[in-house]
Amino acid sequence: MTSNTEQTTNSTNGHPLLDVKGLKKYFPIKKGFFKKTVGHVRAVDDVNFFIREGETLGLVGESGCGKTTTSRCILRAVDPTGGRVLYRAKSGATVDIAQLPASEMRRLRPEMQMIFQDPFASLNPRMNLFDIVSEPMFVNGIKSRSERADRVAELLQLVGLRPEYMQRFPHAFSGGQRQRIVIARALALKPRLVVADEPVSALDVSVQAQVLNLLLDLQEQLKLTYLFVAHDLSVVKHISTRVAVMYVGKIAEIAPTDALFNTPKHPYTAALMAAVPVADPRVRSKMIPLQGDVPSPANPPSGCYFHPRCPFAEAVCKQETPQLQEIEPNHFVACHRAKELELDGISAN
Amino acid sequence: MSTNLAPPVSDPQNLPPTGDEAAVVLPDIGRDAEAIYVAPNWKLVWWRFKKHRLALVSGIVVIFIATIALLPEFYSTLPPHESDSIRSFIPPQRLRFFAGDGTFLYVQDVKGQRNQKTLMMEWVPDEEKIIPVKLFARGFEYNLLGLIPTDIHLLGVENPDSGQKFHLLGTDRLGRDQWSRLMFGTRVSLSIGLIAVMLSIFLGILLGGISGYFGGTTDLIIQRLIELLQSLPPIPIWMALTASLPRDWSVEQTYFAITIILSLLGWTTLGREVRGRFLSLREEDFVVAAELIGCGKPRVIFRHMVPTFYSHIIAASTLAIPVMIINETFLSFLGLGMRPPAISWGVLLQEAQNLQSIALAPWLLLPGLAVIITVLALNILGDGIRDAADPYS
Repeated sequence: MTSNTEQTTNSTNGHPLLDVKGLKKYFPIKKGFFKKTVGHVRAVDDVNFFIREGETLGLVGESGCGKTTTSRCILRAVDPTGGRVLYRAKSGATVDIAQLPASEMRRLRPEMQMIFQDPFASLNPRMNLFDIVSEPMFVNGIKSRSERADRVAELLQLVGLRPEYMQRFPHAFSGGQRQRIVIARALALKPRLVVADEPVSALDVSVQAQVLNLLLDLQEQLKLTYLFVAHDLSVVKHISTRVAVMYVGKIAEIAPTDALFNTPKHPYTAALMAAVPVADPRVRSKMIPLQGDVPSPANPPSGCYFHPRCPFAEAVCKQETPQLQEIEPNHFVACHRAKELELDGISAN
Repeated sequence: MSTNLAPPVSDPQNLPPTGDEAAVVLPDIGRDAEAIYVAPNWKLVWWRFKKHRLALVSGIVVIFIATIALLPEFYSTLPPHESDSIRSFIPPQRLRFFAGDGTFLYVQDVKGQRNQKTLMMEWVPDEEKIIPVKLFARGFEYNLLGLIPTDIHLLGVENPDSGQKFHLLGTDRLGRDQWSRLMFGTRVSLSIGLIAVMLSIFLGILLGGISGYFGGTTDLIIQRLIELLQSLPPIPIWMALTASLPRDWSVEQTYFAITIILSLLGWTTLGREVRGRFLSLREEDFVVAAELIGCGKPRVIFRHMVPTFYSHIIAASTLAIPVMIINETFLSFLGLGMRPPAISWGVLLQEAQNLQSIALAPWLLLPGLAVIITVLALNILGDGIRDAADPYS
């Protein structure tokens, strides 16, 4: 690994599969006839995290906080503005996905795949199941039709669909079934890293559980590593090994799931926890509603982006941007007062 | 007992048909559902299109007109350029059935009389003489589709050696058969429309696609070019461009030049549409998914993006063909487009430009009816396709 991996070497024995360092994605705001750039939306602003092989990192945050952009930068579906995305390839070499030329990126594509949020938009309505699921193999060199048909049947069974459905078109399937097709396509190339961008948020609650359990089963069977983007804390808690909380394009806190939910260290995480409804009428809500709105990523506040809404903000919070620091083993927080605050999480249940 | 039994007895008599229907219908629904599940896009479009009766009829009309454009020689009765100055301005001779002597199809012959006052030739039906007409008769020789030499025509006189002639749409100033000329004019006018639209589509998809897919400066330049072209008033530009064609060019050269002129100004609308589609499709999840599984750019464009607007392109071009046909007709009518000896609808209508023709030979305006029918049929067909084009909406 590179020398600049203090975060990693401190906390783990194994090397991470993916190490994101200082990732930035700014979208220019253009105005007027000549399309002059008048500012930038800082969708992803200096994000750092890593994912170990075989684990699931849950990435949570409010709508518009940059979760999806982060996940797309990692797969180079969008080109990041800055930072590094170090990926340990199957060959053993560590490559920086953020800088990789397109041709080499294409060679790396089979190793990392994506599951999309909306299963109605992510399947080409003009292709049948066989074409959809076998296309990854076709474009990556498996041209024999029978070989692909066998593999598609195998994949469909793996995700719980009947192979006889191969000739059907996506319009024949419900949302949950479509998401299974998307998963089958993502697994077609035997990837190591799967980025799931809110894979269940467009589904009914009853179907959500099925798809989540499918993802967990597949992870066990195929030794997959997940980056799981979501805004639903209960879903994240169910599936993640570790959880990263994002706020306005920055990581607020990263910790193992239990630690994060039991003893959050960042006031924003605590506020999120407090907003989770408890299914017990006797428990009195201790919810402290946050004041104000989420700041615009085009015009973020000074210092800590959370300070205008933070009940614990001090003078230093307005001036200095807090850095992500490890305050307990494996528990990283970007807050000036992380060490002194006693915050409530969701007690283990 | 027996009265109580009566209804159950009569009921089984009524029931079997409904029971049968149910037995037939239920598996049908099952099969239909499966058929829908495995139906590719074009089938869904076709199913929806079929429901639009008027469009379906228009489609049949268009197909019929297209066969005329392909095989005008077969449909015509006489060579289109054969003139006979004596037989000018003969009115249309109606096709009649069942003559007294048992002839199935015939037309009444005409005889010419000098009008004593005006000294003009006037043609009146000759009640006694009939010309028997035969289907698939032998007539002048031609090459079917330019390949197969034959002399079979849809309609013709029974005995070609008799020298008998008939004119379904009358004759013009030079005694040329209007029906046959209309058939040949259909070929030119329709093919100019079709080729010009195809060229426009090619330019539109190419430039619109480049503009939408690559964006940035390329997009900016192409969009400004489209704006410039759209801001030019088309009619004076066409007139200027066609007027600048050398007078000594052959019929074929003018034909191609006009096609190109029409399409050079015609691609802009389609180019805009294609660009808009590309811009929105680029962000679609299934296109991103295609890129992520490692598809190259050509595959992403041609396998994933372009097929999603095939049906829209077909609809847009069906609606663009009549516009092109009208443009050609209009240019030729003004004497700026196709010129005699070429035959197109515009050239035919040019004959009907003066008061004399309208007063004495109103049948010379009939090519105008052909234009109206074709344009209407194509427009209704295009509407139908456009409505059916997006089965997922």
